[in-house]
Amino acid sequence: MAQQIRLEVVTPKGARVSEDVDIVTAPGFGGDFGVLANHAPFLSTIKIGTLTYENGKDRKTLMVSGGFCEVSNNKVTFLVESAEFGSEIDVERAMRAKERAEKRLAQMTQTEEDFNRKRAEVALQRAIMRLKVAKGL
Amino acid sequence: MPSLKDVKTKINGVQKTSQITKAMNMVAAAKLRGAQEKMEAFRPYTSKFNEAMSNLSGGANTGAFPLMEKREIKKVELVVITSDRGLCGSYNAHIVKRTLGMIVGYEAEGKGVSLVCVGKKGYQLLKKTGKVRKSYLNVMSAFEMFNAREIATDVAEQFLAGESDRVEIVFGEFKSVAVQRPVDVSLLPVQPVEADGEAEKKFAGDYIYEPSSEELMDTLQPLYLNVLIYHAMLEVGASEHAARMTAMDNATTACKDIVSNLTIIYNKARQAAVTNELMDIVGGAEALK
Repeated sequence: MAQQIRLEVVTPKGARVSEDVDIVTAPGFGGDFGVLANHAPFLSTIKIGTLTYENGKDRKTLMVSGGFCEVSNNKVTFLVESAEFGSEIDVERAMRAKERAEKRLAQMTQTEEDFNRKRAEVALQRAIMRLKVAKGL
Repeated sequence: MPSLKDVKTKINGVQKTSQITKAMNMVAAAKLRGAQEKMEAFRPYTSKFNEAMSNLSGGANTGAFPLMEKREIKKVELVVITSDRGLCGSYNAHIVKRTLGMIVGYEAEGKGVSLVCVGKKGYQLLKKTGKVRKSYLNVMSAFEMFNAREIATDVAEQFLAGESDRVEIVFGEFKSVAVQRPVDVSLLPVQPVEADGEAEKKFAGDYIYEPSSEELMDTLQPLYLNVLIYHAMLEVGASEHAARMTAMDNATTACKDIVSNLTIIYNKARQAAVTNELMDIVGGAEALK
């Protein structure tokens, strides 16, 4: 069996994933990156997106939102605000959130505060990503 | 001597009160368990976060980050976290007392103080000082990470704008179910996290940073504030329930004492009444002879 790397996904609500895997793919600051066993020490911020890991033929996808990731000692740790498997995602809620965010963005004028605009954009991004992951399973 | 009926009513009243306090005690116990679990669940996140922060700030130049900038302290901002509800003994009063003490201390040194109140009770008790800049009420019952983020963003903006030179957070630390005590923790400027010996050895290797370590710090520092505030809120949540549990337990015991005292009075009064009646009957019989 090929060498494996320890994957840990930790959220403020507790550890979500803790197992040995073959490969992890995650949405980093500069684009998606993959981590294999014995990766060099690495630290990156994580964007909203999907985290995929494979263990043999088993392939799992998580929706993650903002945080960061650390690789060291053949261990990769993700510290993210939320991490959800496709089956856990409330599709209806995500749909509603998407509509809400879209509506808010549509109503916003150019002069709207940057902060509010950004918040709505992030909310929209999160909702879209949730829907994507939910449909993938 | 109070009348029999009065005493009886009072006993009933006190017994009803003790039922309520007993129920509140049990509710608090159940909520405490939930709050403790939340704290437990958050612990791995904090410890991992500290690890990452410590090995980042170890190599970084602390002067380069606006949130770490040490300025001459003219204005201090205190973030006071209390519970939203009362009936938990002297728990909130202790936090407020601590805050007032700190205000007096800082003002004696000629520093300005402003307050950010999280939780209704603290706000109610502190608004008369006229220093409350902002308050977040009714957030304690269902707070999430994003509540903490709102507060963290606001406090950081004030700091960056030069409205405050130092930010401290005052909250009730959860020591154990029996012991909670007010503590203050420095929030801003961000202190470089000290790595303990073991952690340092573990991360001897140089990291690849993406983006650069400076930019990483810029994103991580606000998050770090967020984590600190959320942590404090969790502690307050747990200690509030623990304090209420103790307070309600005491109240239930006090109720029992009162009931037993009242029962003695009731029995005495009853006996006196019986004796009086007997004397009446005996007197009546004597007169008929």
